[in-house]
Amino acid sequence: MSKLNELNIASARDGLARGDFSAAELAEVYIQAIQGGRDMNAYITETPDVALERARESDARRAKGDAMGAMDGIPIAMKDLFCTEGVLTTAGSHILDGFVPPYESTVSANLRSAGAVMLGKSNLDEFAMGSANITSYYGPVKNPWKATSGPDQGKDLVPGGSSGGSAAAVAGGLAMAATGTDTGGSIRQPASFCGIVGLKPTYGRCSRWGVVAFASSLDQAGPMTKTVQDAAIMLGAMAGHDPKDSTSAPLPVPNFEALLTGNVKGLTIGIPKEYKMDGMDPEIQALWDQGIAWLKDAGCTIKEVSLPHTKYALATYYIVAPAEASANLARYDGVRYGLRVPGDSLDDMYMNTRGAGFGEEVQRRILIGTYALSSGYYDAYYIKAQKVRTLISNDFKTAFESVDAILTPTAPSAAFALGEKQEDPVAMYLNDVFTVPTSLAGLPGMSVPAGFSSTGLPLGLQVIGRSFDEGTVLNVGAALEKAAGLNLKAVTGASS
Amino acid sequence: MSLDKDTVKNIAYLARMRVADDKLEPLAGELSSILNWIEQLQELDTDGVEPMASVSDVVLPQRKDAVTDGNCQAAVLKNAPDSEDGFFAVPKVVE
Repeated sequence: MSKLNELNIASARDGLARGDFSAAELAEVYIQAIQGGRDMNAYITETPDVALERARESDARRAKGDAMGAMDGIPIAMKDLFCTEGVLTTAGSHILDGFVPPYESTVSANLRSAGAVMLGKSNLDEFAMGSANITSYYGPVKNPWKATSGPDQGKDLVPGGSSGGSAAAVAGGLAMAATGTDTGGSIRQPASFCGIVGLKPTYGRCSRWGVVAFASSLDQAGPMTKTVQDAAIMLGAMAGHDPKDSTSAPLPVPNFEALLTGNVKGLTIGIPKEYKMDGMDPEIQALWDQGIAWLKDAGCTIKEVSLPHTKYALATYYIVAPAEASANLARYDGVRYGLRVPGDSLDDMYMNTRGAGFGEEVQRRILIGTYALSSGYYDAYYIKAQKVRTLISNDFKTAFESVDAILTPTAPSAAFALGEKQEDPVAMYLNDVFTVPTSLAGLPGMSVPAGFSSTGLPLGLQVIGRSFDEGTVLNVGAALEKAAGLNLKAVTGASS
Repeated sequence: MSLDKDTVKNIAYLARMRVADDKLEPLAGELSSILNWIEQLQELDTDGVEPMASVSDVVLPQRKDAVTDGNCQAAVLKNAPDSEDGFFAVPKVVE
């Protein structure tokens, strides 16, 4: 039997059902791994007591024959953007100091009702704003992978962001799976950097209730797992209509695992020509070509498609998301929860609190958003960006008239070293060039590990699907996963 | 589009965010470079295009106008930096 913290959800489900080990034993293994892996800084808050209590409850249910399904007893990390009743919730920000929610987010509550065991709250970029997990008030997360050659050999690498703690925890054996949230690529890009599977579902598939809001028209929760099958299982436990989120879709949740037929024969896969960008890393191009070849071998038809407004997606996103963020983050005022820095007047207290409580990147985005929404600039920036968003969304609608899924790279590079790309905000934003358009259109997108860079780091491919067609996304992802056949155990030593 | 120090100071005030005086100049530079990069949107003709506020085409649902929650004053105030007599307490607003 493989070591317990090398199992995935599907194999642990089978082991638990057979009685090979208990949920409590599983939780213990992970609690110890987390304690031994603190150098990674993947968790902001560890919750070993919660984990053991829920694991014992799971074992008790199983003993009575009442096991609740695939997630029952599965140890997971919860991105610290989900409000968890009685457990510190920080969003990676100083401004939420000491905030212990008296309520539970719908997604974490759904996972809990499915029997999942929460190991702790995983680190993230502050308010999910970042692509390297370097903006967290609680410090950067280290990617468990190390380059085996090249200029970054031996250096600490970023795990990607914003769900960097979740990705590092799964890749580094500190959680069997994790929740993430994705606004412009925050599940998919860290999944690519850490060699795991990350699925951003269709906007509306998972409830946003109780998730600390960044950009409400884009935010979506999703699973971060070791395999495509695990992503299907975990999404099923997270998703569902929620009357408390008016944008949550009133649709039944399919059995995603059952939709995984392993058969992609006859599907038409679109390759967007605008994603072949000038100066693209040849390794990324080669990976993409390999993915195309694999899908062709699996019986798919490959078709070039055009998404003509792709080049405007990032600029559109960097108006829409900061504008929504500046409105959402207005609630952090030092009155009802979190940090308060005293001042002579109410205004003074607001300004002191928000000046001290928000980090540099969050402040930059609040300022851009405030400016874009301010009188005299609203039409030129915000309305303009919303109109371009329509054009980007229409590009996808047209493409999906003739294809069933779209294949692209997930990110323009492999994980880079901690400390790089920090001077220029726009250079950091370019990390999300392949993921942002999908977010603007609200479509499902999944990153699947598909190969390695010449320096030994994992690289992902992105599968994009039609609205609410996660089933096809998962099937195409599974075909890539099978063809790639990678050994995805993080290589932690530079010489190994 | 280039922002000067005073504009940044004004935006920061609109956002009720204290920014140290020596940070205004570098911030003006960073924000200007972001806005210049965003300027590329202006080259697109968007006349007659509907602005997109949400990706879901469903009409937002309405719920019954009924009380569904409440009687949880202690829970609501539990995280407050300062509270008095069941209220959130803030610096004096009216002289």
